Amino acid sequence: MSRAIWGTVKYVSLLLATLAVLLPLSVVLFASFKTKEEYATTGPLDPPSNWFNLTNFVDAAVKSDMVAAFGNTLIVLVIALAGTILIGTMAAYAVDRFTFVGKKLVLTLFLIATLIPSVTSQVATFQLISGLGLYNTKTALVLLFMGTDIIAIYIFIQFMQSIPVSLDEAAMIDGANRWTIYWRVILPLLKPAIATVVIIKGIAIYNEFYLPSLYLQSESLISTALYRFKGPFGAQWELIAAATIIVIVPTVIAFLFLQKWIYKGLVAGAVK
Amino acid sequence: MSLSTNAPLRASLAGSLDDAVHEGERKRRRTRRRSAGPAGRGWIASVTPYLFIALAVGLLVLLTYVPAVNMIWYSLNNWTGFGPVDEFVGIDNYIKVFTEPEIFAVFGVSLYYFVASFAQMAIALYFATLLSFSTRFSNFFRGVLFFPYLINGVAIGFVFLYLFQPGGTLDTVLGWVGVTETPLWLGDASIANYSLATTSVWRYTGLNFVLFLGAIQSIPSELYEAAELDGANKWDQFRFIIFPGIRRIIGLSFILAVAGSLSVFEIPYIMTTGANGTATFVIQTLETAFHFRQVGLASAMAVVLLAIVLIVTWLQRKVFPDEKVDLT
Repeated sequence: MSRAIWGTVKYVSLLLATLAVLLPLSVVLFASFKTKEEYATTGPLDPPSNWFNLTNFVDAAVKSDMVAAFGNTLIVLVIALAGTILIGTMAAYAVDRFTFVGKKLVLTLFLIATLIPSVTSQVATFQLISGLGLYNTKTALVLLFMGTDIIAIYIFIQFMQSIPVSLDEAAMIDGANRWTIYWRVILPLLKPAIATVVIIKGIAIYNEFYLPSLYLQSESLISTALYRFKGPFGAQWELIAAATIIVIVPTVIAFLFLQKWIYKGLVAGAVK
Repeated sequence: MSLSTNAPLRASLAGSLDDAVHEGERKRRRTRRRSAGPAGRGWIASVTPYLFIALAVGLLVLLTYVPAVNMIWYSLNNWTGFGPVDEFVGIDNYIKVFTEPEIFAVFGVSLYYFVASFAQMAIALYFATLLSFSTRFSNFFRGVLFFPYLINGVAIGFVFLYLFQPGGTLDTVLGWVGVTETPLWLGDASIANYSLATTSVWRYTGLNFVLFLGAIQSIPSELYEAAELDGANKWDQFRFIIFPGIRRIIGLSFILAVAGSLSVFEIPYIMTTGANGTATFVIQTLETAFHFRQVGLASAMAVVLLAIVLIVTWLQRKVFPDEKVDLT
């Protein structure tokens, strides 16, 4: 194929793809700025007449529990992330810096657990969580987010291998014990890996719908709050659109600022 | 985005985790002296690693293994989820899983998503190849193609519910090109699954795309130059350099496709609640367990799903073994 033809095909296909991605999102954006009457009389591809009409957004936030949901999501996020990082780095430290009886067993346990898709054991997990009396608590969610995340441990182990043992030994000569080495030497050096985990896991928790809908009934996280728009607001699409946009905006912001990290994190986990 | 977002990373861990640690051990065996540390070789020193790893292992066992084992036990009983588990029925539930049509139908639904994931991979590979080489605005296109993967599942569900509405966006756009008789994209049982599968492709292509992109970019560029000197054109280069170089990622994507199409939940649940013949395996399992109170049967379904995923993973390791592909 001649260069020119190929070049055109290339850019046309890229443009089509861009349209395919942006069109569904744009029409929702349009709808969120339309008033009720406007929505009823204009087509989905007609832009809104007033781009500053924020009534739908205000309504959506006020008439639902979105604000409380954001708060809940934040709480769960912070605790689950802190927990994952602590537990993950400690486990990686143990695996990378020590040899101990049962190490192989532990690693095999991790390995096998990665093969079990979490959806399959949900029925039994639910019984377990109820049995622990944690049904309908945020604690259940935090536990689940922390306990089933082996990727974080993997990322930490990978990263830890590039931290030279000589640093540990230097610290030990200075009289530090193992805990101090972990806390003062290793942990600070793991910052890039921690950043990656925070971002990847943070996004995953923010978007999680299945677990909160199953385990948290009386309050909402973001996803479940948005989902509840489906019932009571029936066909009021301008409201639902506004709510949807509210939920997407943080993701857009995070993406614009953290692009590089996100790509790195995904590729690091899979390509290695 | 359920936790199976971690699925790509999970699937590649099998083997990689092992490698990573053994590599470290080999390195260390050569360079490490027995450092006793201030705690000496006493019992504190030997207990330390266990202390560090205790929480991780504890949580793992509690939240992954205990339910898995329980699940197998439940599947051999009839249980409502309340009271004691005392109605042992052996493999009755498994027989039901393979013979009752409603249950079997959900595997059929998974097929739509499975086929769709091949389309996903093809599209992803095409764009990944395009954008690996000099293309203007490649960062912009890369961002746009990847972004859908990051969006909240409920949000995506609503976006496409809106799009598929009768007289909505899709119908309007089709109207521009002269198509006036449009079917009920979600209401018509015979095409609902196509619409949902398309939504799934829209959502997940970005992930495959970024993975392929990363893999392609890790192929050393001298290979392309050498090939061009030898007279290879772009298509040859794709067939003989790119494709073999990314075999591992393709294998990985294949596992994801299978596991993913079996565990589809969010999109059909949010958009149609699984009605109209769009119920997937997970939706069916949840209904069986929590709505119909047949925890035993639901557990049997889950065990079958797990078995399928494990078998496919095992097959994949045979067909795409994990050795490093030498391209030189």
